[in-house]
Amino acid sequence: MTTLTPTQRFEGTKDYVATDDLKVAVNAAVLLRRPLLVKGEPGTGKTVLAHEIAKAVGAPLIEWNVKSTTKAQQGLYEYDAVARLRDGQLGDERVHDISNYIRRGKLWEAFTAPQLPVLLIDEIDKADIEFPNDLLQELDRMSFDVYETHERIEARERPIVVITSNNEKELPDAFLRRCFFHYIKFPDRETMQAIIDVHFPQIQKILVSKAMDIFYEVREVPGLKKKPSTSELLDWLKLLLNEDMPLDVLQNRDPAKAIPPLHGALLKNEQDVMLFEKLAFMARRQG
Amino acid sequence: MFFNFIDELREAGIKASFKEHLTLLEALDKDVIDQTPEAFYYLSRATFVKDEGLLDRFDQVFNKVFKGLLTDYGQKPVDVPEDWLKAVAEKFLSPEEMEAIKALGSWEEIMETLKKRLEEQQKRHQGGSKWVGTGGTSPYGNSGYNPEGVRIGGESKHKRALKVWEKREFANLDNTRELGTRNIKIALRRLRRFAREGNAEELDLDATIDGTAKQGWLDIHMRAERKNAVKVLLFLDVGGSMDPWIKLCEELFSAASSEFKNLEFFYFHNCLYESVWKDNRRRWSERTPTWDILHKFGHDYKVIFIGDAAMSPYEISHPGGSVEHFNEESGAVWVDRVSHIYPATVWLNPVPEKQWGYSQSTKMLKDMVGGSMFPLTLGGLDDAMRELTRKKH
Repeated sequence: MTTLTPTQRFEGTKDYVATDDLKVAVNAAVLLRRPLLVKGEPGTGKTVLAHEIAKAVGAPLIEWNVKSTTKAQQGLYEYDAVARLRDGQLGDERVHDISNYIRRGKLWEAFTAPQLPVLLIDEIDKADIEFPNDLLQELDRMSFDVYETHERIEARERPIVVITSNNEKELPDAFLRRCFFHYIKFPDRETMQAIIDVHFPQIQKILVSKAMDIFYEVREVPGLKKKPSTSELLDWLKLLLNEDMPLDVLQNRDPAKAIPPLHGALLKNEQDVMLFEKLAFMARRQG
Repeated sequence: MFFNFIDELREAGIKASFKEHLTLLEALDKDVIDQTPEAFYYLSRATFVKDEGLLDRFDQVFNKVFKGLLTDYGQKPVDVPEDWLKAVAEKFLSPEEMEAIKALGSWEEIMETLKKRLEEQQKRHQGGSKWVGTGGTSPYGNSGYNPEGVRIGGESKHKRALKVWEKREFANLDNTRELGTRNIKIALRRLRRFAREGNAEELDLDATIDGTAKQGWLDIHMRAERKNAVKVLLFLDVGGSMDPWIKLCEELFSAASSEFKNLEFFYFHNCLYESVWKDNRRRWSERTPTWDILHKFGHDYKVIFIGDAAMSPYEISHPGGSVEHFNEESGAVWVDRVSHIYPATVWLNPVPEKQWGYSQSTKMLKDMVGGSMFPLTLGGLDDAMRELTRKKH
């Protein structure tokens, strides 16, 4: 089992560019075994971070994707009363042992995993407002009781917990107190360049530079509903490469054609595309 | 350690707690970070700040607390000619102080004290930007010191590089930013009260099992779905001085109407009088008497006024004060009635809070709704919703 020791730190991986502040936050969370709460614009790599931490630490990743209907209890265990009722009527032998009807949740899995895991609680803000509060004790003590069988599940070793949030709901203070927090801010050009180098090592420098010009220009346009983010830029570059887009299309851009080529990858919103068409129209009129 | 840091953070509205402080110390104890100011900044930020809206404030506090403490950290010590130091020391420290420090110990301590003195001097007389590099015309007189030497703790080092926290990259994420529909919806979600109302359409599993066990046959129980049962009455000020805020109010309105199922809205102008209307194009022909509203909607409705509350005080306090018609009863009477019938009443004001003090009518209306007037920012909306939730019914 490999875990991070004080001498061995998370430094990003070959597929993931981590900024200094992110490294500090991850290392603090891993070493002190407190949950790491990650927020940021969609598409800045919140969920990927958990995968990369798991890779760096060499631990298995247990993913718990939270939805609006998810209850905290589901992460611990569920008691399948209906199945037991059915078995009882059929006279099944299993019915006498209640533990046959206890289904383990992700937290239980993480607590009892043979190898120290990384537990990802993805998009915690999707669930009901009470959800984080219901998990307070469990994440703090890393143990919980199963009332049906009177057993206590305790973590052998505190798992590394990564929690992502899209800010749809505010999280309770008591919950936040127990976490380290990191806000992934939108990468500046330098970091972006590093990210692109990691994903497309063979790409032409000049193409990237032109594409980034356009990309940041697009982000600057006021009134966009959804600004394109890192993942959109990467998709777009992939498309440009696949389509063998000649460089001069990017280079000699006609202001009257404000919409960048293959804009579908960058602009995901009808209204945004319309906005660009309007801008192009105005540019033509001025010209 | 760092107690003043915590105090400053709390003062700035960042809820730093003892627990977090312990976490920080534990992290330092376990050597989580390299010993550099940047790493310490990142670590304390990850520990104390849990909301990106507060990052900018944190940067400012960090800068305030650690400025001057960190500037010399990790750099090579400045070479100061000893005779220069003595000359300056004589200038800024009284002989008694010199003796006291010498009695205490080393040259370093003297230098420390001296540095502080110099910084104080610099602040008091110079406004802090000029005194290094002015060559021979030093404000401290020509005591023959080497101008290079003055740099201990001085400007050049501050300018060396902008520290991460000095860049204030998160300034635009601050909580007081303007609202977008999505953000408004999130704020409005605070005002949720789930209740089971309506038709029983959902299988109540627990009750079914219970019933089945008792009866011996499959005893199905149904129950109503959980819904947001909060009821809201919205009064919007339109026209005149509200024009600059139209977009903001539209956004709030669209967010509110998608968030609350039981939402009723009415328009008024400047102040609430004996009638309101629902359609601005027919505001003169189709009006609803305010009494009807007060009679129709139960006192468990939550009332939200949206208006700039800026008008002549007479429009509130006097019968006949309205600018548009003759009102038999003063606006104050009407607002009073509403806030008595509906204990959960708040007023949202799009005018920045700083300017409220300049308008007498704002103060009057604020008093009338029991002080529950909030600015129409994300933070204000949040507070308002909390206030509404707190007041039962």
